[in-house]
Amino acid sequence: MALLEVRDLSVRFVRKSEPTVSAVDGVSFDVHPGSTVGLVGESGCGKSVTSLAIMGLLPGRGTEVSGSVNLEGSELLRLSQREFDRRRGKDLGMVFQDPLTSLNPVVPIGLQVSEVIERHRGLSRRDASREAARLLDRVGIPDPDRRLKEYSHQLSGGMRQRALIAMALACEPRLLIADEPTTALDVTIQAQILTLLKELVAETGTALIMITHDLGVVAGMCDEVNVLYAGRIVERAQRHELFSRPRHPYTAGLMASVPRLDSPRGQRLAPIEGSVADNIPWEGGCAFSPRCGNALAVCGERAPELETIEQGRLLRCHNPIGAAELERAHD
Amino acid sequence: MLGTQRKERIDGLAESGGDTTAGVSLAASAWRRLRRSPTFLVGAGIICAFVLLALVSPILAQHDPALRLLEEQVSRADNRIPAPQPGFPLGGDQYGRPLLSRVLLGSQQTLLVALLATVIGLGGGLTLGILAGAFGGWVDTLVMRVVDVMLSVPSLLLAVSIGALFQQQSQFTVIIAVATVQIPIFGRLLRGTMLAQRASDHVLAARALGVRQRSIVFRHMLPNALGPVIVQATLMLAVAIIDAAALSFLGLGAADTSTPEWGQMLGSAQNFFDTHPHLAFWPAGCIIVVALGFTLVGESMRDALDPKKRR
Repeated sequence: MALLEVRDLSVRFVRKSEPTVSAVDGVSFDVHPGSTVGLVGESGCGKSVTSLAIMGLLPGRGTEVSGSVNLEGSELLRLSQREFDRRRGKDLGMVFQDPLTSLNPVVPIGLQVSEVIERHRGLSRRDASREAARLLDRVGIPDPDRRLKEYSHQLSGGMRQRALIAMALACEPRLLIADEPTTALDVTIQAQILTLLKELVAETGTALIMITHDLGVVAGMCDEVNVLYAGRIVERAQRHELFSRPRHPYTAGLMASVPRLDSPRGQRLAPIEGSVADNIPWEGGCAFSPRCGNALAVCGERAPELETIEQGRLLRCHNPIGAAELERAHD
Repeated sequence: MLGTQRKERIDGLAESGGDTTAGVSLAASAWRRLRRSPTFLVGAGIICAFVLLALVSPILAQHDPALRLLEEQVSRADNRIPAPQPGFPLGGDQYGRPLLSRVLLGSQQTLLVALLATVIGLGGGLTLGILAGAFGGWVDTLVMRVVDVMLSVPSLLLAVSIGALFQQQSQFTVIIAVATVQIPIFGRLLRGTMLAQRASDHVLAARALGVRQRSIVFRHMLPNALGPVIVQATLMLAVAIIDAAALSFLGLGAADTSTPEWGQMLGSAQNFFDTHPHLAFWPAGCIIVVALGFTLVGESMRDALDPKKRR
């Protein structure tokens, strides 16, 4: 049984005088205990909104959330804010993109960590503070007792993100959502943070939803990968399957736009032209078709459905990569 | 030429060597800039001088300001007012009371009224701002409409109206009137900064950790939202001094004039302005200078705390 079941999750932003924007459109996926699931896509494809919807952190006004988010048998979307407050941090945690702005600048790090521990684990202030020091030590912050008394501006970017990870994992939640946790960091620090996340997740048995636009991160972390485009899942596969045989032209495009060590010297990267259209692109055709090299006439007429093409592999495309080859093989 | 340029660059580097950008908090860098700001130093000097004056004025004043010591020199008929003389450097007022002692002791009342009015105004404004900024929704709408109504009346007019509501005018009514005028200003300002905090990343991160609502408001939002309010409070002290003086001038201050207060001294001096301008000069000058002091400090703090001017 899955730890987290997301079914047909849709998020729409409704505004007066402006057309409704559909940010997430019928997304479904499962997260199994201890596994790492990736949500991949470029800016504006609905990754972050999906994670905020799961966490119940979307603003109430002007947002319509429908579908179902089920964590260990309890429906999260029906929780009141008060009930949700008791679950967040305890059963599910989140690490954000920018560690500088995600820490309170006027409260010492230690207090921010121990506040969470006090809140959810019912420890006394003293015990919570000792536990906070242990956690900071565990996430690789040297001299934790001193750091506890320091403010976020006195820490480096990497240390800040470590502190935030310590806070998110303080109560050993069953599920951790990491929303682009390395985007704001130096490349050298990125690797350290990813390794740390991997270790901690393995240690505590926490399931991880990794949200990223960085395929390198996906390749290093995820068991299963969902590729999102314009609010819908366009391809899902196990990591190795996805990287060895991308079927959706968008997935292939993402991979082609990443530099590789084994590509010939001087070869130019192949970017995907254009950008995600703002609103609603799935009416009357595939949203990706205007940017797609494989587009057929049918792509501009009706939107493709998400279909199971083989065990554990879903695809939403009229003309996937390799289709021609497969047909030839059949003949 | 090249040499001086290089030297300047190195000096610049040395100067910025202490602040490795991220290593200095907003408050610390603001304080460092304040210490070098002439505006701040002048303003702070003025304020310190007047506070000190208020504290030691009972010792400095040689005479009881309520006693009509020079009464025999006053003559209504030929408009005579005691001139400066040995023991009375500024002479007396129209009742023969020692002017210097009154000006000195007036500082106590004026500063006290301004301080109390601003503290009460700040307290009320904080309450409204926290309510509106923390809850949002209909609470916000309700509070802000009330604030808008209060702001739509010119502040002095509002203060005069409130002062006139009381049967018995006293220093207390002046404080209440001036404070009431300040409440919507602080309320509106704090509400704005609270709303900005509500949308900030670290509040979102705190909510993602299930931090209690109370802690979100008082630990994560309020301390971060207070900066501009503190600056405003400094500026409002100047306004409070002037407003309180204006109310006293208009006769809405303490009816009992034995306790001197600058605004009320100014008010009673207006009948003698053409013949004895010095009666108005001293209290008016003090009001202007002390209000200027608070304004200078407030302005320089605003500049120092402005993140756009950081470094």
